[in-house]
Amino acid sequence: MWNLDHFEVSVLFAILASAVLGLVTKRTDRERIRYGLYCFGCFMAALFCIGWFMKLLHG
Amino acid sequence: MPAISTGAGTRAPIRSPFLTVAAAWLVPGLGHFLLGRKVRAAILFVAVLVAFITGVMMHGPLFQPDGAQGDVLSRIIQIGGFIGDLSSGLMYLLAVWSGYAPPDQASHNADYGSKFIVLAGLLNLLAMVDAYEIATRQKE
Repeated sequence: MWNLDHFEVSVLFAILASAVLGLVTKRTDRERIRYGLYCFGCFMAALFCIGWFMKLLHG
Repeated sequence: MPAISTGAGTRAPIRSPFLTVAAAWLVPGLGHFLLGRKVRAAILFVAVLVAFITGVMMHGPLFQPDGAQGDVLSRIIQIGGFIGDLSSGLMYLLAVWSGYAPPDQASHNADYGSKFIVLAGLLNLLAMVDAYEIATRQKE
């Protein structure tokens, strides 16, 4: 049984979701790569922002 | 077999949109493969497979259609989760047929695993929509 922590599963989720979102939403390969990276960046930004927000909220 | 130009330098064979979507549901990426988008097909297949295997390896329980009990929100979550699971196609069917049924226990690992199995189905759902749009020539 795999035992991954929250950060690891979040990063894996971000990679997989970004790859597919980039692939199915854009028309050219360049646009797909850019949008995939953009989505990954947004996932990571949300992950760190919400993480720090919860840490500050709960102490 | 007749072929059409996609305008992107590739030629895709003409396929029935509904057969393409059915193939895309059964095996992630197969719809794109049949339409000549082999690189995209490979990426989709790997993405869905990794999500599903991660969920199974974390012992994520599958959502059951007959487990929809309780209040409205619980039913929506159960039925939505079941649709998500089912969207993985052959992977879901193989898991059910092989007797994969970890207990729905309270652990963060199983909870993440359950979500990853749903993620696999939802990613495949996106791929199915994309394959349909390519097959109907709404996009390349």
